[in-house]
Amino acid sequence: MTLYEAIQAERAKYPDGSRSATLEALRLGQEEHGWLSPDALREVADALDVTPAYCKAVATFYDMYHLEPVGTHLVEVCTNLSCALVGAQSVVDAFASELGVAPGETTEDGDVTFRTVECLGGCGYATVVAVDHRYRQHVGPDDVPAIVEELRAGS
Amino acid sequence: MPVREVLLAGADDRDLTRLAEYQAIGGYAGVPKALALSSDALIEVLQTANLRGRGGAGFPMGRKASLIDRSSPKPKYLVVNADESEPGAFKDREVMARVPHRLIEGCLIAAHAIESKDVYIFIRGEYLAEYEILQSAVDEARAANLFGDVEITVHRGAGAYICGEETALLDALEGKRGQPRPRPPFPPVQGLYDAPTQINNVCTIATVPAIMELGAAEFAKIGPESSPGTAIFSISGNIARPGNYELVLGTPMRELIYDLAGGIPDGRELKCVIPGGSSVPALSPDEIDVPLDYDSLGKIGTFFGAASLIIVDDRCCMVQLALRSTKFYMHESCGKCTPCREGTRWMVQLLEKIEAGEAELSDLDLLDNVGARILGRSLCALGDFAVYPVASYLKKWRSEFVAHVEQGCCPYGGASSLDGIVAPLDAHRHHPGLEVIA
Repeated sequence: MTLYEAIQAERAKYPDGSRSATLEALRLGQEEHGWLSPDALREVADALDVTPAYCKAVATFYDMYHLEPVGTHLVEVCTNLSCALVGAQSVVDAFASELGVAPGETTEDGDVTFRTVECLGGCGYATVVAVDHRYRQHVGPDDVPAIVEELRAGS
Repeated sequence: MPVREVLLAGADDRDLTRLAEYQAIGGYAGVPKALALSSDALIEVLQTANLRGRGGAGFPMGRKASLIDRSSPKPKYLVVNADESEPGAFKDREVMARVPHRLIEGCLIAAHAIESKDVYIFIRGEYLAEYEILQSAVDEARAANLFGDVEITVHRGAGAYICGEETALLDALEGKRGQPRPRPPFPPVQGLYDAPTQINNVCTIATVPAIMELGAAEFAKIGPESSPGTAIFSISGNIARPGNYELVLGTPMRELIYDLAGGIPDGRELKCVIPGGSSVPALSPDEIDVPLDYDSLGKIGTFFGAASLIIVDDRCCMVQLALRSTKFYMHESCGKCTPCREGTRWMVQLLEKIEAGEAELSDLDLLDNVGARILGRSLCALGDFAVYPVASYLKKWRSEFVAHVEQGCCPYGGASSLDGIVAPLDAHRHHPGLEVIA
């Protein structure tokens, strides 16, 4: 299924004339293009029958959309209260040291984007790390080298 | 025994993500029972059960249903708020992952009460595994012809705390930036696509099948008269056995913290409990002899909120706790209302100044003053959520704030459990230079 067709399938779930498929369409566009590049926004906008400006206005509001290129893999460490209280910062430091980049940055080879995020809803299983959107729970600094190795091996 | 499973009943013994397993324990039996009643009669049942909203506000679910303008020629919508994003809360996630069919059954019953044919479940975008489980449960139930003429659509969010606010959620569901709407009109009159809309939290809707099973009168007998039923309490932070505990409302907080969840680990002392998710006023250790229900927590100046307790031990610097919490609300402020957008920034600036030891005593009053100018002055409660906890820290742990000023530094000297914590807004690079797209 092309991106255009996938977006039409999303639009069909909602009443005619609504823009309700926008969030999912942007997600699909991002999956296809890796990030919401101007080309991606244009393609999504065409499929939704809205302007690229509308798509960009929506995309800038939400944290899960990438408006600049990101790595092949995404590592997100929660640093909100419950994770912070049990040592999220040591996990952040371990990723920074293992990957050689600061939070918010992408490794030089474009392999991994590493960032801190707000509460992922895994507070009872802190520290929570989302690796390519899959939650790893109870992550401690000692677990970090293996996670990074796994990512490096997989790409 | 305070532990009673209603929402999660049967999930320890069976894989209730599978339709056949859920039906084997009587699942979906509530739907024909509900359909046998008129909408009026069903709303009466829900009102008798006195089920209060589990999302935070505690508004009676049956009363909400009664407010729907069913005479409207427009479609009526049922929207389930599964955008669980309050720091400390992870209960809805467990319901969707373990008993998705109970939520779906609740949707079908609640939809009949308001004569709705269209149900939307708005799940936060980060919950990928839960979305997959819920979507396959929806598909399985639909394929088994359990929906009748109702359609259930699972709609994924894309990362924004504010979308847990019901009118912001509606805007996100309409494909817009998720910003709160002015009220009135309220959603029961003019909600999704300007049509009458009922919005309830996951746990609220997933409790509805139990009302059909037990009968409203029996359900209303569980727990305190003012807030019957069970709730899943999420407990996290500095606690020996963090996790979700489904308990009868009214269970003593001390029992949850010390007996069920094992108390404070590593020989540390309890310093503070934030009882309803990070947005509510905190309690000091001498305030935890309180039943966990809406009215009891309200009486001591805090909120039941999202039934999510964050436990803080004595290593933590309260200024750092305030700063980390406020940075979250500042990041999540949608920017629509000035008091919240600007006020949360001022709060962060003041707290940074206090933490750095560069503040004067008058800055503590200024922090209170800024808070007072945020409270109640915006379209939604997000700004209030930034203020409630910080105002309580400043009131109950004032000596710690004063010590920062008087010593000219953080008295914890690098030993606080939150020392150096990086908030995402410090690391976020979300808006590259503007590009013109033709």
